[in-house]
Amino acid sequence: MIRFQEVSKVFPDGFKALDNITFHIDEGELFVLIGPSGCGKTTTMKMINRLIEPTKGKIWIADKDISKENPVELRRSIGYVIQHIGLLPHMTIGENVALVPKLKKMDAAKYQKRVDELLSLVGLDPSIYRDRYPAELSGGQQQRVGVIRALAAEPPIILMDEPFSALDPISREQLQDELIRLQQEIKKTIVFVTHDMDEALKIADRICIMQKGKVVQLDSPEHVLRHPANDFVRSFIGEERLNAAGVLPDIEEVMLKPVTAGPNRGLAESIKLMHKHRVDSLLVTGANDAFLGIAKVWDIQQHYREEELTLKDIMTIDVPTIQIGRSLAEAIELISENKVAYLPVLSDEEKLVGVITRASLVDVMANKYGNA
Amino acid sequence: MDLFTIFQDRLPDIATGFREHLELTFVSLFFAIIIGVPLGIILTRYRKGAEAVIGVTAVAQTIPSLALLGFMIPLMGIGFTPAVVALTIYGLLPIVRNTYTGIVGVDQAAIEAGIGMGMTSGQVLYLVEIPLALSVIMAGVRTSTVLIIGVATLASLIGAGGLGDMIFRGIAMSSNELILAGAMPAAVLAVIFDFLLKRLEVRVTPKGSRNKA
Repeated sequence: MIRFQEVSKVFPDGFKALDNITFHIDEGELFVLIGPSGCGKTTTMKMINRLIEPTKGKIWIADKDISKENPVELRRSIGYVIQHIGLLPHMTIGENVALVPKLKKMDAAKYQKRVDELLSLVGLDPSIYRDRYPAELSGGQQQRVGVIRALAAEPPIILMDEPFSALDPISREQLQDELIRLQQEIKKTIVFVTHDMDEALKIADRICIMQKGKVVQLDSPEHVLRHPANDFVRSFIGEERLNAAGVLPDIEEVMLKPVTAGPNRGLAESIKLMHKHRVDSLLVTGANDAFLGIAKVWDIQQHYREEELTLKDIMTIDVPTIQIGRSLAEAIELISENKVAYLPVLSDEEKLVGVITRASLVDVMANKYGNA
Repeated sequence: MDLFTIFQDRLPDIATGFREHLELTFVSLFFAIIIGVPLGIILTRYRKGAEAVIGVTAVAQTIPSLALLGFMIPLMGIGFTPAVVALTIYGLLPIVRNTYTGIVGVDQAAIEAGIGMGMTSGQVLYLVEIPLALSVIMAGVRTSTVLIIGVATLASLIGAGGLGDMIFRGIAMSSNELILAGAMPAAVLAVIFDFLLKRLEVRVTPKGSRNKA
């Protein structure tokens, strides 16, 4: 949807705000730009509606180079919410919300109806608030109006520049919740700038962490917490949050070494192997440890008399597996959903690297809650 | 003769002076506004030069009003036109300065929001900056008006008429009553305009920010 291609910005005073950044924002995602002040996050956002022009590089929206678009038209097609709210004090709430549709010369009857809908959407009764002036509303109410004003002309993209940072903590929480709810309804592409990590973790689909004009890490909140790219990200997130989030260890730490057997192994041999390792199933692997299936002791028992059979004939092929980079939470979900005792762990090349069993999970839980 | 009979006897003269005075004031004010407001707006776009230009208009106002009118005689002769020019110059400063400070003082957030929402620079000016600065601009107009009404009494000295005629005639004849016959209407005029323009100023203050003012 929005693509930055090797974008740099040097301000006239020589300050290098952005240093060759490249990334892509998907359609319909809530994309959070975060970093300490001066990291270039606001500059990055303001380039999307051409309030700031890049010194080098290109920005594409829906595969169109925005430097070739008329900036005024471009801005009218992008919603914009600013930190200081920026409602026009001489216009009523209704007039403020209707501003962009009016600038775009849309049909008045249509957008008036839309204004009422939007006010209701954020819990402001149109019959009460439409004709009031911004000064008559609380800060939280004003920023609600600021947000729906950005939605009025139905832009596909909305930019939000630290929209909730000037509000009191309670209003901030409320507006964050409302934004999440709103986003589920409207599914816009939202670019959200903040310096508040809690806010980012709460609302983001993906977080882009910036430092000194560079993108340090771009990942889902879960991955940012789990695998901070470097010490800067680690300190920016804060040990507290990392500890709070890191209650579950990685799959790698939990998984056991599997008891494996080749597909052509006979059934009697297999039973012996199971007995030796005291397990009730064998993981069947082919050449280069490729995972083929699971052979359970009950299946072997059923076919035990048929001497010519090998493991490949009686193994269960259709079993859930998990990739090694995924979170343990997902693994637990898979195990409980599918009611399986073994969850094979595969590498990126589909090689069997380990197995998670119900017993190994009990160990994790015991460690987590046992000492508490 | 007491004041009342002077007023009665001189009523036609007072009426003429009053009318001339109003003409001088309105015409000068008109030019002061159509020069001063755009000038103030232009200055907000070239802020580096703004202090210099406002300084020049401030210097024009430090020239004694009588001297400024005197300057007009060698340049433009006597009569209505030179008087209007002098009064316009005189009324310029408050309007330029208030337009400038009014627009500079408009909340940056409102302007940023306007640009960010896709207003052209003209729309930012007409939909955001001028409405929000209007009460300050009007305060400047009010100051100018009162100033011009006052200085216009001196315009009589370069033959532009007005209520000053009565006053100077009164001085020449040592007639306090005649002086008052010119001075009182001029004073009343200033007070009335000040009052009316004050009302207008409140009216144009954005409703949303009126309680704060």
